[in-house]
Amino acid sequence: MNCRDLSRFLEEYVAGELPDTVASEFELHISRCGNCDQYLVQYRETIALGRAAAGDPGECPEELVQAIMASLKAAK
Amino acid sequence: MQAVDESALADSVRAGDADAFETLIRRETPRLLSVARRILGNDDEAREAVHQGFIAAYRAREQFQGDARLSTWMHRIVVNKALDVLRARQRRPEDAIEDLLPRFRPDGHHQEQFATWPEMESVIDRERLSGTVRDAIASLPESFRLVLLLRDIEELSTDETAEALGTTPNAVKLRLHRARMALRTLLADRLQGAHS
Repeated sequence: MNCRDLSRFLEEYVAGELPDTVASEFELHISRCGNCDQYLVQYRETIALGRAAAGDPGECPEELVQAIMASLKAAK
Repeated sequence: MQAVDESALADSVRAGDADAFETLIRRETPRLLSVARRILGNDDEAREAVHQGFIAAYRAREQFQGDARLSTWMHRIVVNKALDVLRARQRRPEDAIEDLLPRFRPDGHHQEQFATWPEMESVIDRERLSGTVRDAIASLPESFRLVLLLRDIEELSTDETAEALGTTPNAVKLRLHRARMALRTLLADRLQGAHS
């Protein structure tokens, strides 16, 4: 397995979906290639940063609540 | 809210009780608005998607399954409403994503040497970091941005994402992988730029 092959398997590796034999080859390459190891670290970090960036929900806009309630009343 | 309250609320929602719906609307609207804003990037359209989502939920209330959570049910409905709004927009040609993907030499090795990212806390404060990440996600071509949002942020499964976007699970997996690689490139540029 070379760096290009490894790149194709990243998504399945991170999801834990790679067959054992392929995962072993993947990990053997990672253990010998610092650049791919670094890429894997950043690939995982990218996922984590995306999740963390979602942010906290803000306030509940009262006018929207009232508009929805009026629509539900009309839908009865 | 305790489980017993959730169950009682679900029963009342199914029965069409107005007070129960108001409780649900007040509880879920902030989070649902955030979801719709992330997908649509527009506050007015996000409010309309949430509004239409609650109307759809009210009409379909008897189909709500007791083994699901009300929050999950509403989340799916509003995601689909937001996607409907996106589909109704005039489509623009997407930018290519290839420039943001890793490149390889003929022997299969990476062309680029990847520098270690700086410690996040030392780069910029958390709020600015989140803003940087959100801006980077927003700059992805739309079909990649949507898959990344639905899978990595809204945490829909591959199958749920495929159904919501009208595509196949394999297409979702491939697009998610390319979206993550493109986002990694964008973040590398921005985080290392912020550190220097």
